Amino acid sequence: MSLFDHLVIFPVLIPFFVAVALLFPSLSNSLSKQRVVSISANILMVVVAFSLLFKVEAQGIQVYALGDWSAPFGIVLVADLFSVLMVCLSAILGLAVILYASAGEDKTGAFFHPLIMFQLMGINGAFLTGDVFNLFVFFEVLLIASYSLMIHGGGKQRIQANIHYVFLNLIGSSLFLFALGTLYGTLGTLNFADMADRIPLLSNNELLIAKSGALLLLAVFGLKAAMLPLHFWLPKAYSATSTSVAALFAIMTKVGIYSIWRVHGVMFGDQAGELANIALPWLWPIALLTIIAGAIAVLASKSLRVLCSNLVIVSVGTLLVTISLNTVQATSAGIYYLLHSTVACAAMFLLAGLIQQLRGQAEDRFVTARAMPQAGILGFIFVLLAIGLIGMPPLSGFVGKALILQSITKASEAMWVFPIVLGGGLIALIALSRAGTSLFWRTNGENTSTLKGHPLQYLAIGLLVVILPLMVIFGGTVSDYTQLAAEQLKAGLSLQQLNEVAK
Amino acid sequence: MELVYAVCVGFMSACGIFLMLRGHTFTLVIGLTLLSYAVNLFLFASGGLTIGAPTVLSSSENYADPLPQALVLTAIVIGFAMTAFAVILAMRGRADLGSDHVDGIEPFDPLAEEKS
Amino acid sequence: MHYFWVPFLPMFGIIVPLLANKLNRSACTLATALLPALALCLIFLDLPAVLAGESFSKSVEWIPQLGLSLSFRLDGLAALFSILILGIGLLVILYARYYLSEKDHMGRFYCYLIMFMTAMLGIVMSNNMLQLWFYWELTSISSFLLIGFWSHNSDARKGARMALTITGAGGLALLAGIILLAQVVGSYELDVVLNSGELVKQSPYYLAILSLFLIGAFTKSAQFPFHFWLPHAMAAPTPVSAYLHSATMVKAGIFLLARFYPVLAGTEMWFVVVSLTGLLTMLLGAYTALFKHDLKGLLAYSTISHLGLIVLLLGLNTELAAIAAIFHIMNHAVFKASLFMAAGIIDHESGSRDMRKINGLWKYMPITATLAMVASASMAGVPLLNGFLSKEMFFTETLEQSILGAMSWLIPVLATIAAAFSVAYSLRFIHDVFFNGEPKGLTKTPHEPPRYMRVPVEILVAICLLVGIFPNYTIGPLLQSTSLAVLNHALPEYSLSIWHGFNLPLLMSGMATMGGVAIYLNRKHLFKFAGMFPDIDAKLVFEGCIQACVRWAQKITMTLENGSLQRYAFCLCFFALLLIAPPLFDLDTTRGSLPGTPINGAVLVAAILIIAGSLATIIWSHYRLIALLMLSLVGLVVSITFAYFSAPDLALTQLSVEIVTVILLLLALYFFPQQTPTSKSRPSHFVRDLTVAAFIGCIIGSICFALMTHPLDSISAFFLANAKTGGGGTNVVNVILVDFRGFDTFGEITVLGIAALGIHKLIARMRLSMRTKDYDGRLWAKEKYPVLLMVVSQSLLPLFLLISAYIFMRGHNLPGGGFIAGLITSIALIQQYLAHGVDWMAKRVSLSYHYMIAIGLSIAGLTGLGSWIFDRPFLTSWFEYVSLPWIGKFELASALLFDIGVYFTVIGATLLILASLGKLTTTERLTVGER
Repeated sequence: MSLFDHLVIFPVLIPFFVAVALLFPSLSNSLSKQRVVSISANILMVVVAFSLLFKVEAQGIQVYALGDWSAPFGIVLVADLFSVLMVCLSAILGLAVILYASAGEDKTGAFFHPLIMFQLMGINGAFLTGDVFNLFVFFEVLLIASYSLMIHGGGKQRIQANIHYVFLNLIGSSLFLFALGTLYGTLGTLNFADMADRIPLLSNNELLIAKSGALLLLAVFGLKAAMLPLHFWLPKAYSATSTSVAALFAIMTKVGIYSIWRVHGVMFGDQAGELANIALPWLWPIALLTIIAGAIAVLASKSLRVLCSNLVIVSVGTLLVTISLNTVQATSAGIYYLLHSTVACAAMFLLAGLIQQLRGQAEDRFVTARAMPQAGILGFIFVLLAIGLIGMPPLSGFVGKALILQSITKASEAMWVFPIVLGGGLIALIALSRAGTSLFWRTNGENTSTLKGHPLQYLAIGLLVVILPLMVIFGGTVSDYTQLAAEQLKAGLSLQQLNEVAK
Repeated sequence: MELVYAVCVGFMSACGIFLMLRGHTFTLVIGLTLLSYAVNLFLFASGGLTIGAPTVLSSSENYADPLPQALVLTAIVIGFAMTAFAVILAMRGRADLGSDHVDGIEPFDPLAEEKS
Repeated sequence: MHYFWVPFLPMFGIIVPLLANKLNRSACTLATALLPALALCLIFLDLPAVLAGESFSKSVEWIPQLGLSLSFRLDGLAALFSILILGIGLLVILYARYYLSEKDHMGRFYCYLIMFMTAMLGIVMSNNMLQLWFYWELTSISSFLLIGFWSHNSDARKGARMALTITGAGGLALLAGIILLAQVVGSYELDVVLNSGELVKQSPYYLAILSLFLIGAFTKSAQFPFHFWLPHAMAAPTPVSAYLHSATMVKAGIFLLARFYPVLAGTEMWFVVVSLTGLLTMLLGAYTALFKHDLKGLLAYSTISHLGLIVLLLGLNTELAAIAAIFHIMNHAVFKASLFMAAGIIDHESGSRDMRKINGLWKYMPITATLAMVASASMAGVPLLNGFLSKEMFFTETLEQSILGAMSWLIPVLATIAAAFSVAYSLRFIHDVFFNGEPKGLTKTPHEPPRYMRVPVEILVAICLLVGIFPNYTIGPLLQSTSLAVLNHALPEYSLSIWHGFNLPLLMSGMATMGGVAIYLNRKHLFKFAGMFPDIDAKLVFEGCIQACVRWAQKITMTLENGSLQRYAFCLCFFALLLIAPPLFDLDTTRGSLPGTPINGAVLVAAILIIAGSLATIIWSHYRLIALLMLSLVGLVVSITFAYFSAPDLALTQLSVEIVTVILLLLALYFFPQQTPTSKSRPSHFVRDLTVAAFIGCIIGSICFALMTHPLDSISAFFLANAKTGGGGTNVVNVILVDFRGFDTFGEITVLGIAALGIHKLIARMRLSMRTKDYDGRLWAKEKYPVLLMVVSQSLLPLFLLISAYIFMRGHNLPGGGFIAGLITSIALIQQYLAHGVDWMAKRVSLSYHYMIAIGLSIAGLTGLGSWIFDRPFLTSWFEYVSLPWIGKFELASALLFDIGVYFTVIGATLLILASLGKLTTTERLTVGER
């Protein structure tokens, strides 16, 4: 077994060991060393993530049996294209966030770098694990890390928002355990593949119990994913916390989406016999309503960061639509849109933070103020991101939207999705054009401040922004990957296949 | 006996959730702890109840289901971590916001208005 | 195949002006113009073939899943438009060089202009519908940037936003239409689409497709009722108005109609909607134009009216009408562009655009005046000018149709009236501006512009004349091939000659001309008449609507996100309830097949204790200390329950966690008010919460009962079977924790560690007020650390450590293990804190606790890694029975090492939490490790 065979677990172990290393005196006493270490660690993560991606593409799904105990008895990590794509996403995001924070935001509180690393460990673990209880554990890892990161820098709003965020998620975690108990009590196993195999075999009564357990999971994941009516905590939380953390959180909602996809899209998907697609009747209206609610909030937003948080909600709704369309095409489109929207939102959060930092008193609120320093470059980036988020050409947003609309074949679905998705785009266009004009054009007086953005901050934003055009230019390749990922995901994985792969 | 057990679990979770829906952080923490007791008992029972058969090999011939026990152990530890964080967060909230209400300020009180 | 490069040259050209901006203005202009000029040459290279009736297309795959491909075509239509775009574009570049002032950022302006040019070329040359849409939206974006170029004035900003919103909305509709169309036809490639007209017209989606396309076209081409954005786009610099809002961009919509003419046209629906919209727009525009005092306003509305004319022609459904439409597209582009430039010159050199101020400019700028007059004559449709020819054809066609059945005669009549108005406003443009007395209240005395600023106008006017006089030689061939491209089959007979003899159309134009003169002579009354209607500013209305929407949205958001956690938590619980309840209603019985275990007294007592305890916790939740005591009672019973139901490990863990938690809560309570302020939540909320909680409780209870009574074939048998042989331990639970599911434990201790760090973060910044008295106003006891406690705890410490060591060692085979041991040790150490205080301990405990966490975690992690040496996956356990002299046979297991990691992490975490909390209570607060 060469080192290369352990590749699957690297995305979990690298951040873990780096975080631990950062706690030892030699590093924890010097911020500059911490920066160097965590930046290089994140670069390594990107390399690892992509080599894993190519490995999975070449050799198919990878299974890693922890403790050498085969499924369903031990815990296995399962790396299929979807999970690995998500890992790549989190790696890139992590790098950008660390770069941005290293410009000085990490000064404002203790343990920033270790916590970010733990956060990434949790996220990657949640993406890779093939065991439902282990998923719970990693959810807790990323949650506790996010609780701690959210109050980074302190301040009234942050504590306030954090109280809401923490207590809601604590309820969520309790519900998660109830659901797990129910599922174990009916299925008698914890491994995803094994559960999927056993679901069709359930007797009638157990079937119904398992059903309510599964639906309870929907509430749990829905809370993480911020879907209606569980999204209220998000705008406040994301707009209150420190910039880099908010940017990293752009992927947190996607963890919820990802889990819904795995559990309700596949495990309780088409192959689940009696319990096939139990979540769809709920997801379909919720998805559309989430878009509407998000769009209304987008229109109402009074500052760039709030606006961006609400755009996250809209993107969540759009993704839920693709889940409830429940076809390979839609899934592929959804995965593409997921990658795009996460990157775009994260970049917008970073930009908003930079604007807030440079604009003085006015911060990122849509009010008349003096022209901000470096308005030229900031405005340029803003336009790019706005185009991306609205879903206009030439950036990846339009590919995602078009793919989604294209994947709809039934007129009954089209008549709902077309107007709502496109209408959401239009509202985003109105809101963002108003935002842009009032931030960059409606100025009273020339810029006087000598503030300047740190090169690292621009590097971080740039790193994310270039991805958008690249996802269009190499759109063919990217959508090939998403297509493959969607096929793998929808095909499902039985325990037998899993163990064959593991050998 | 299962019935009694189930009633207890149900009752505890009801109380826990009710307390989680109150307005003051300390009460919420209490509720959280209560709820996590309920959760642990629930998870524990998902493998069925067994008396006098601890899962220590060769201590008896039939054993309780060890897996839920392991899960509950993990859950307890995580629950402990979460509770601890919640408590301190509540304190920090009190320190920074000057009130231990979850929304940072005591809400407007209609009853008090009537009294005055 | 030169044409394939045409769309790319300007694309590369986008950055050129930004680079060249450093050079002087003329150099910058030249650099900018270079690539478009080259592109134009390429078009001309391919032109002969196109004129011969050929049409090229070439496509390269781009995003197959999407059906998007890099695919361009060159046929008559594309050629005509590209020539217009590039030709007029070049003239505008030259013109702008003199128009822009020193203050304006020339490089940026050119950059946007070329961006627009690229987009426009993309539209007209696209051979793939998605790609067409791609460029379509780009035009909206670049036009937004160009209109808002003078961002300092509010009109520009509002105008830009309005234009973007309207055209953007149209764009979205168009996208929907394109996707539908593609789903009908099965391809995005125009080659395919254009030849499947019948298929489309038969399909059930035809209506949807048509209306979506029309929305797209009408918004872009400012047709009624979307026309209102165009006049406000005139806030842009005049070169932009000349280029985008008269010659090219507004023609994109018409191009769309022409391009999809073979697919969509020919049905009743198309016929009625398109032609009537066109007619209405034409009349409205012509009428309004007359009353605009702003020079550009007049031209804007005349543009709207002429666009309406073209749309009407396309709607007439006769092939000759289509040809006429195309002809008028060219003519209008030429004369309107020149008129805008002339207006720009006037504005530039006289400082005003208000026709009530600028009069009699003839004697100040005779040449410009002449040019403007020729151009506007062409606009009015005077013979020997290009405008006349297309208008003749237009009249002829209006006579050919029969849209309104018996009332069809209305159309030519209305057409004539519209024409009369256009004559009238053309007259006004000439007379008001160049004659009609002297200029009033101008800031500067008007004069001729710089030589080269006039060149573009001269060229365009020259074209007007040439085309007007020798149509067949100049424009004939191009018109021929274009019409071929539009109709997509052989052309009918038509003649371009100036003189068709005395016929109805000629009469109509005669009447129109005279009518126009008459209208202009009586303008006084007309102005009075028009003055009676309030003139509504579309900009304000539009902005008002948007504002209203925003306010409404804010109201809704406020009511939804009212910032109350109680509401959010309720939503969560209620939603969960909604999800889990329904399936259980179908459940016929919760009791499963298993026989229940008999009840006995002890259990009953425990149950009563639990219920009473939890109840008391609720009832006395206001008296926090009591609530806490009740809670711990419940916790105690819970751990006993675990013990009773054969889970000793759980019991131990629960107990020790219980103790630590209670200590923590007590410490915390010291900083909280001892009582919760009496519940402020409304009674209704109280009931609401109680109900939901009760329901959830019932459901949880019944599920729990069902689970306990249903037989379960779980994977546990495996663990029991392999714990000893595979895991080397007899305490199965512990073996699961450190071996089978060691990864969970790995995550679990990580959580513990992170929590400790987070808490450290929280506490480090905390500033709490210390009380000197207790709540009954008594001072705290003098001696901080009672001697008795000191002595006892110190003597207990070794005992505790011994116990924990014992618990730890037996863990693998008997109840116990690293976690419990760790907690016991920490409890012992906490005692020392309580007894001696922080400083005393700080002296004795050298390493700070987050290092201890780090050590613990790294031990656990490295143990996991260790298995890599033996070519095993992460966390694979290894154990061996070794026998040493005297000690005898005992077991060495890697799991033990892992457990040591757990042990240290637990101690580190617990103590980091409690110690840093303890620090708060010491008056001289050490600055905890915040960096």
